[in-house]
Amino acid sequence: MAVILDFAVQGAQMLLVLLLAPLLTGFVRKVKARMLRRCGPPLIQPYRDLIRLMRKEIVLAENASWLFRVIPYLIFAATWVAAALVPTFRTGLLFSWSADLIAIIALLGSARFFLALAGLDVGTSFGGIGSSREVMIASLAEPAVLMIVFTLALIAGSTQLSTMASFMLSPEVGLRVSLGLALIAMIMVAIAENARIPVDNPATHLELTMVHEAMVLEYSGHHLALIEFTASLKLLLYVSLIACLFMPWGLATPAGGAAALGIGALTYFAKLAVGGFLLALFETAIAKMRVFRVPEFLGAALMLGLLATLLLFVSRSL
Amino acid sequence: MTMTILLSCIAALLGLAPFAIVLNRSEHASRIIYGASFVVSLIALGSSLFALVATTEATPTVTLPLGLPWLGAHFRLDSLSAFFLVVVNLGTAVASLFAIGYGQHEDAPHRVLPFYPAFLAGMNLVVLADDAFSFLISWEFMSLTSWALVMTHHRERDNRYAAYVYLVMASFGTIALLLAFGLLAGPEGHYGFAAIRDGGLAPGLASLTLILTIVGAGSKAGLVPLHVWLPLAHPAAPSHVSALMSGVMTKVAVYGFIRIVFDLLGAPQWWWSMVVLALAGVTTVMGVLYALMQHDLKRLLAYHTVENIGIIFIGLGLALAFKAYDLKWAAALALTAGLLHVLNHSLFKSLLFFGAGAVLVMTGERNMEHLGGLIHRMPQTAFVFLVGCVAISALPPLNGFVSEWLTFQAILQSPQLPSWGLKFLVPAVGALLALSAALAAACFVKAFGVTFLGRPRMPQAERARETDRFSLAAMFVLAALCLLAGILPGLFIDLLAPVVKGLVGDRMPVQTGVQWLSIVPIMESRSSYNGLLVFLFMVISGFLAAFVIHRYASDKLRRGPAWDCGFPDANPATQYTADSFAQPIRRVYGSIAFRVRETGEMPPPGDMRPARLVVELRDLIWDMFYAPIVTGVTHAAGRLNNLQFLTIRQYLSLVFGALVTLLLVLAIWP
Repeated sequence: MAVILDFAVQGAQMLLVLLLAPLLTGFVRKVKARMLRRCGPPLIQPYRDLIRLMRKEIVLAENASWLFRVIPYLIFAATWVAAALVPTFRTGLLFSWSADLIAIIALLGSARFFLALAGLDVGTSFGGIGSSREVMIASLAEPAVLMIVFTLALIAGSTQLSTMASFMLSPEVGLRVSLGLALIAMIMVAIAENARIPVDNPATHLELTMVHEAMVLEYSGHHLALIEFTASLKLLLYVSLIACLFMPWGLATPAGGAAALGIGALTYFAKLAVGGFLLALFETAIAKMRVFRVPEFLGAALMLGLLATLLLFVSRSL
Repeated sequence: MTMTILLSCIAALLGLAPFAIVLNRSEHASRIIYGASFVVSLIALGSSLFALVATTEATPTVTLPLGLPWLGAHFRLDSLSAFFLVVVNLGTAVASLFAIGYGQHEDAPHRVLPFYPAFLAGMNLVVLADDAFSFLISWEFMSLTSWALVMTHHRERDNRYAAYVYLVMASFGTIALLLAFGLLAGPEGHYGFAAIRDGGLAPGLASLTLILTIVGAGSKAGLVPLHVWLPLAHPAAPSHVSALMSGVMTKVAVYGFIRIVFDLLGAPQWWWSMVVLALAGVTTVMGVLYALMQHDLKRLLAYHTVENIGIIFIGLGLALAFKAYDLKWAAALALTAGLLHVLNHSLFKSLLFFGAGAVLVMTGERNMEHLGGLIHRMPQTAFVFLVGCVAISALPPLNGFVSEWLTFQAILQSPQLPSWGLKFLVPAVGALLALSAALAAACFVKAFGVTFLGRPRMPQAERARETDRFSLAAMFVLAALCLLAGILPGLFIDLLAPVVKGLVGDRMPVQTGVQWLSIVPIMESRSSYNGLLVFLFMVISGFLAAFVIHRYASDKLRRGPAWDCGFPDANPATQYTADSFAQPIRRVYGSIAFRVRETGEMPPPGDMRPARLVVELRDLIWDMFYAPIVTGVTHAAGRLNNLQFLTIRQYLSLVFGALVTLLLVLAIWP
């Protein structure tokens, strides 16, 4: 019985992230539009976009290889698996032990690796520019994430997300300098990883500073739908991850009943809304930076992460 | 029994070498020699695997009446040797299989065939040797045979230079090892390893031995700053030999390090690990940064060997640190991580070198800037090369990720170390490891993307065909092993247990009994990873997405010209090249690591000259360590040259002076 319930919860989680991801993207766009005194597209516009793209035919470049056509599925699969393993409303998911936080980050790394290859496949200059910048950004963002993971793992004594979330809920945590540093670094990395302003602009096209959009320029039809879906999923994943690690309040535990699950789901929606709102606020308030300023931005994140880790090596209570 | 089989295999390989000279002119020579090497390597692989799995109490030893008359040649097969024999013979077996096909394209087979089996025998002998004398002889034999293989294409100037640098560095490394063994043997001259283990060294001498071992084994393995020969020599050899040198011979050097430092040298001192860790951290990042700057495919791979050796040594350094403070379980974790990476690296590095060899044979090009679009012409090679790229970039669900994940888990145990130096050093090394993992992924996006994707940049890339079936078989075997080691790492970790137990006194928990075949380094609530499930989940969700899309979405597909924002250019020169791909990274890291200077020269309007961009890179390690030595030696040689042009009186006074000095020394000597 318990196993069936666990299966149901894990399945619900997988479907939930899938269903909510476009909504979060739509919500961020809506809030941004309202802040700019525009009316903005309706909240469900991303779903409509996805359906529209699914229905369209694919226009494939003449020299696109089989890899180009497989990559959308690959990156979708990797990102979905990663997103399904981050606790959203309940800890102790059935398969949560199959990949810890380092593995989840590495899964996202796999997705990025293949997307960067897709940018090079057709052999256009825009694809190349996107890929080469993406790997440069990743080369700074990935060590920064790992430093944050180290910090959290040293505090919680585990790299297992469920254990970390339960530890963060317990009174042992207290206020720590390194947690604060890690939170700031994590937000900076999340912004860079999701190609948001000031690192990249998800709304532009035909701009020499674009990164993510340049890589996927040759995609169309349901391939593009999958890639857009993956981007939404990744945004949701990062918001859930920050929520689960730094604000795990309301997360249901395996011992909790239906009421706890309800509370968990409600607080999760609230956290997503707050996260989306803050992201939109930040994006409206700041200008996009030159691409060679990005290393400074992410270098700061890396240094914060390293500092947080060093503090913990010096003293477990900092 | 296993010992006899192994020694007969080595004898067979040594016999194949002169046989190859006899066969010299036969057109089937290369098939016969490589086929025989393949069979012999398989037998050796089987028996060493058996020796590793079958945990018999007694370790077989053999003494042959060779070498020093009062010593003889000792050979011993303990679990450490057995594991490294597995790595060596797995590598040599697939390399021989690959070479059955690849060797047909060799234009100077008589320069490869005699040395190839001898090289294989040399590597096996080093791992089996149980006394200092046979160890050093085998070590030198391995170096010299591989040097001869590097010299295969000796008419090319670069190869001669590479071989020269290799010879100098190899001799230097052997001298260091010779001195290390001299210290270990002590004044009584106990050259047998068993006697060395019994006799303890004074702390000062032990530290000196450690430094000499790092220099000796490290120069063979490619630790920065002793790596300079490696990116020159490895690419210069024929590709199957490059694969062996990078994938296997560097591992033999790692074996030498482990044998001396963990086995012979006794209890480690606390600061030893700091030296190893600092060197390893620098090696990892510098190796991958150098690799990113290359546009020669084989040299890029050789620099990645430097990086991976760094990762292996991070594991070994951590194990040394934990061992010094008697944290046995953590030392077991770190050592397992290092040894697993030894195996993993030998798998994917051989695979990648084979792929580069196939590309080289089919296009005649090692320069990535002339390639492109090979995925259409060599689809199977492209697929296996991609598997190798994902594996070496440490991405799940393949094997490279598992060993790096274990290394990260070992790093996370290090706050338990009481030493303050280590407390600061280990997280910094962790950051370097993370940085190198991300940069490696960038580098292999470049290597695969520029070589296999895009449009052909030169006609030779357009004319390429798929390579032969032997080469493909070897590459598919390695790709399958990469996947297997990635999704079932528990099997391999358990295989390593007796090795680790013998060296640090503890082992990682048994993995094969864990539910769902996960790997759990310490306990499940702390960390676990299940490659099999992650792989299955990815497959299932990928197919689910594909199913839903093909059920409900439009399947219409039209081929058209590339979009490229409306301005597609038919000229393949408009694509990103290897150099331009690395430009952002060169700008971010290169200004520190290579003092990169980019100067653009733009002619004024109306002037028809092309614009030029000049990039200057400096190899700071060469400038700092090697350039002064080279200048010093040249200078001294110039000075000493004067000695050749003295008068007879000056020569006589020179001889007299030397005699007097020697007599004085004898008189004063206590």
